[in-house]
Parts: sequence; C-alpha cells; structure tokens
Amino acid sequence: MAEVAAALADHDYVADVGLATAIFLALRLQRPLLLEGEAGVGKTEVAKVLARWTGGELVRLQCYEGIDVAQAVYEWDYSRQLLHLRAAEASGGPVDEDALYSERFLVRRPLLRAVAGTGTAPPVLLVDEVDRADDEFEAFLLEILSDYAVTVPELGTFRAEVPPVVVLTSNRTRDVHDALKRRCLYHWIEHPDFERELAILRARVPHVPEALAREVAGAVEALRALDLYKPPGVAETIDWAEALAVLDRTSLDADTADATLGTVLKYREDQERVRAAGLAGVVEAARARG
Amino acid sequence: MAEPGSGASAPERVVVGFVRALRDAGLRVPVGATLGFGEALAVLDPSQRTDVYWAGRTTLVRRPEDVAEYDRVFARYFDRIERLVPVTTEQHTLRLALDAEDDRDDGPDPDPDGDDGADDTPTLSVRWSPVEVLRTRDFATYSPEEHAEARRLMADLHLAGARRRSRRPRPAPRGRPDVRRTVRRSLRSGGEPVERLHVGPSERPRRIVLLCDVSGSMEPYARALVRFLHAAVVGRNRVEAFALGTRLTRITRELSSRDPDVAVAAAAQRVADWSGGTRIGEGLREFNDRWGVRGMARGAVVVILSDGWDRGEPALLAEQMARLHRIAYRVVWVNPLKATPEYAPLARGMAAALPFVDEFVEGHSIAALEDLVAVIARDGDGRRTGRQTGGRTGARAGVPPREDGRERTGEGAR
Repeated sequence: MAEVAAALADHDYVADVGLATAIFLALRLQRPLLLEGEAGVGKTEVAKVLARWTGGELVRLQCYEGIDVAQAVYEWDYSRQLLHLRAAEASGGPVDEDALYSERFLVRRPLLRAVAGTGTAPPVLLVDEVDRADDEFEAFLLEILSDYAVTVPELGTFRAEVPPVVVLTSNRTRDVHDALKRRCLYHWIEHPDFERELAILRARVPHVPEALAREVAGAVEALRALDLYKPPGVAETIDWAEALAVLDRTSLDADTADATLGTVLKYREDQERVRAAGLAGVVEAARARG
Repeated sequence: MAEPGSGASAPERVVVGFVRALRDAGLRVPVGATLGFGEALAVLDPSQRTDVYWAGRTTLVRRPEDVAEYDRVFARYFDRIERLVPVTTEQHTLRLALDAEDDRDDGPDPDPDGDDGADDTPTLSVRWSPVEVLRTRDFATYSPEEHAEARRLMADLHLAGARRRSRRPRPAPRGRPDVRRTVRRSLRSGGEPVERLHVGPSERPRRIVLLCDVSGSMEPYARALVRFLHAAVVGRNRVEAFALGTRLTRITRELSSRDPDVAVAAAAQRVADWSGGTRIGEGLREFNDRWGVRGMARGAVVVILSDGWDRGEPALLAEQMARLHRIAYRVVWVNPLKATPEYAPLARGMAAALPFVDEFVEGHSIAALEDLVAVIARDGDGRRTGRQTGGRTGARAGVPPREDGRERTGEGAR
C-alpha cells in the first residue's frame, strides 16, 4: 500500500492513505473503483496516473445524457460497408453478409477497447462523470463491469483476459444506482490539507518557489474555511500558483491576490464575499503558513 | 486487530460484528459489501488500525453522508470506548391537524405578519359525491378518512416534466441520414440502398425537483403534500424530493417505496424537524450547494411547496432563489394559502422569493394539484424573455397574483 502511494508520488500524484488504500484494493481485488468528491479534487487524474504507472492504455469514456451503445461500446462503419457493397457489386460477386459484419468494419468504442485490449498491461478504463449518463446506460455498464465481456451479435463475445483497471467518477448530480455501487469500491476524495496540498504543488508546479507555494496553499486553506459557493479545488490551487509564478511574484500580497482572484474563485458572489471579508486576512493567513 | 467480545481472534467474527454494528447504527450495508470487506482485509494488514479503517471505508460506505456515522461506529467498536448500544432512532410520525382552524394560530411560528391563515373555508356540507367534493376541498379541512380517499386520487396524478431535446436521435421521416439503418435495410435488396432512412432529434422529459416545506405553519398541508411527493417519486424515475424545514433533507429514497404508508413513514422518520420552524433561505442554500448547482437543478423544473413563512433573512432567501432561478428551467412556487380570496404575498419570505418565481400556483386541494401537474408539464415558452427582464432586477412591480395561477408575478421585493 505504501508502494501504491510511492508509485503515485513518482507520477506526481500525492494521495493520502485512504485513497492509496482504495487504489491498492481496487488493483488487488480487481474491482472497479468509484470516486466521488468536489469538482477539482483530482478524481479524473487518478485514472491518468494509474495508466502512466501501470503502463496500460488509458481508455476514457466521458458520459453524458443520452450516451448509448453506439458511442460507448461499438458501432459498424457504415460508410465503409456501403463502399464494400458497391465494390462487390461492381465486380459482380455475391454480397456476403458475413464479410460485411467482420472485424474490419467494426469501430471499437471505449468499452470494447477496454475489454478487448491487446497490450501487455491491462488497460485503465476511466468512466468519467457516470452520474451524467442515464439509468439505462448505467444498467448496461453494470453488465459489462460484472463479467468484463462484450457481445457483438454478429461476431461473438469479446472477453478480457485480464480485467481492465476500472475507475468511475461521479459528481453526485444524482445518486448512482445501488447495484452499480455494490460492484465498486468507493472512495470520497476530500480537499487536501495544507501539507498535502503543498506536496501537490511541489510535484505539479516545481518551478514555483517554495515560499510562494506555501503561501498559496495557506491562502487556499483560508479561502476554504470561508463560506463559499464553490471552495477552490486542487486544480484552482495549481492554477493560482502558476499564475503568480508567471507574474514573477515571490510572495503573495493583497493587491496581487485581488488581481488574480479569478483563477481561484469562479463565482462573482464568492469573489465579492472574499473581498468584503478582506483579502488582507487571507494574505495574513497565507503569510503565517509561509 | 483485537476482537471485542470473545478472546478467540477470528477475523470473520470481527467483520460480521462490525457490519452488524454499522447496520444497528442505521447504515445500509448489503451482504456483498460484507464479503468485500473480508476480501479487503485479507489483502491488507488487519493488525493495522488504518488498514482496517480504510478497508471498511472503501467497501462498506457508499455515501459521504455515512462517513461520520462510520467513524463513530468504528471508534466505538474497535476502541471499546463504550459498550455497543444500538443508536435509538426517534420515531417521528406525521400529525394530522384535525381541526385546522385552531391549529393555524398555535403553530410555533413567531412572526404572524399580516398573512393570517383564513384559508380554511369550513365546508361541513353533506357530501353526496365524495370524489367530486374531495377534489376541491382544502386539505386543511380533511378528516383522516378523507386523507385515505385522497390517496387514491393522488395516485392518478401523473407528473411529467416539460420536454427538452435529447441527444439520442430517433428515426424520423426527414433529418440527418441514418446510415446504420440504411445499410441494414439495403441487405434486403442485395446491397442496393433503395430506401434512404433518416434520424431526427427526440425529446425527453426534464427532471423535476420537489422541495416541500414541512414546518409548523404548513402542517395542515404537509401530510397531503408528502403523499403528492410520494405519488410523483413512484410514478417517474426523474423526480427528486426534499423536505424543507429548519434544514434540508433528501427524501427521494425514502419515498420510493411503493407502499405509500411505508414511504411516508420512512420519510417522516428521516426528517428530523417536522413541524419545526422554517429557514427556507438556508434550506435552499444547502440545496443549491450540495445538489442543485452541481447538476440536479440544471435545466430542471423546480417546484417549491411552501406557504412562504420564513424565519430566516429575506435577503438570503432572495439570493438563493436568484441562484436557483439562474440554473433551473422553471421555478414553480406552490402556496396552499394562495387559494384564499384575500391572499396577498405579504409574508416576508414569499415577497422576497416572488421575483424569481416563474409560476405561482395554489396547492390546497387535489384539483389544485391537478393544475400543478399541468403547469409542470407545460413548456415555458415565454420563459426566456422573462428571465432576462423580470428575474434578477425584479423590476416588474406589483402584479397582484391572479386566480388562474398562470402569470408570473414579479414584485420588486429586493
């Protein structure tokens, strides 16, 4: 488990013990891992890092409302089929339906690619924002996740020799169905604490001076303590540190914080609230950590 | 990890015992999860406290809301700080106001500003056609038997949201070419695509979010309205229901049982603050933060069932209504008091919320709820223009609510 955390850290992802355990279990027990958490805490990043680490191909399925089998699993390449028909006709040969539905006309979409992977390492399947897909699709996903097999009626069943590593993410716009949750291990990713956030900054934006990184992490910590609509996520912290570095700042002051507030707070109301509460206080808290 | 109870250290017993403790504390732990917990422990180090903790967190807990309870049970179970006692869940039952006239005044609402509850027209006439009379009777004047009858009527209400474009196309006489079906069909004619098929856009109903005020002042209506919520949740799968009191409680899951009595009892037990005060603004804020803005209310029809008596700050309510109004497709406010002829939205909360309400309707009787169903299903065509002018500025002053409940009032309350 410490291995997992270390391996993730090697690939610039700083995981706490809970997430490291969840990932370790997902790999060892070969179960899908369902990650939930506020936007911008690095849910999607987990899958990307896993792919870099294990060397498996990252297969990403972005869910949206109305996603169906043709976009998620497979589709036939109809225009090529038509061409093939024309060619067969021109040469006077008979039209062979089997030839028309052979693998060369099959367009592999993410789920099929994940199941019928050919690489040496099992692919990493990222099912992103599964809560956006509709219930019917979820039921379908459940079927695939329970035996890692896809059946194409014309061709037969594709079955994964080694099950792919599956990471699902959800923003909780609605509850994912219980049956799907039951298949998965579950982890809720929290906003990182100061130390971990600092470690993340060091790993992800190493060119940002240490003192500035400490101040940014401290300031974000202070911002999260305020009562905001959308407390800044890790992604915002990184953006902010980078913005300040681009502006050649070595430390945070109230004016610069004010000018760059848009990189951390994306709601006008939140910005107003912070400005009303006084940016000086935030900067002070940052300095204390600096 | 030491095992509480007997001396023999059998990991399975710890697993089973701990899961039982979680269930006693009210967490839902399916059998499969217990097995998962066992498997997880087998590959981790069960003598390490953190390993056991996280093995359980990833396999036994499925919702962030349950984490706090999990932590408590974990500490109790493995630290043996105290003996394991099942958490007593207090039973809340819905009370029905039998004589509504009195109940209106002795509610715990401390700010009786203007808006008195003179809605209870005491109809004591002999009812020859119970269904017809019941349809238009005010819920506040119902007897328990009438509530039971009303239940059947409610079950007939079919709630459907306004429709919106879906991304999933469907066969249509004209539109984009449907190559897939064209090729399939061409096989019949020896590979010649004789027939060209097309797909066009399809539509699907929008999500409906119901927020029902369950505070003291709403008590005469709460029972009937929760039944309405139940009928709505059971009828469709794109309905979400919340109870709004001093805090917000999501009751979709509780209401999804087919048996109305079971469902309403489950919801009643889940909501800790039946018939307390109301803080609509705070409740809405919580809804916006935790559910609405993330996506639940986006493009949805949001229905608030409340009399608008709010103990909180009107400014907060207005702010949260504005947020909600920005993301929702349409905001419908159902106020049972609106049926009273002399009703004017004087309650501070109601006045603050109105500028951000697209439809202001009654909800005091079955007939009114039938109207509500129609309002929810209607496409808000006039909506887009109204949103820009009426909504945030609240400039359209003083339009008194009409009886038909169709106009969009905009009182300059901010």
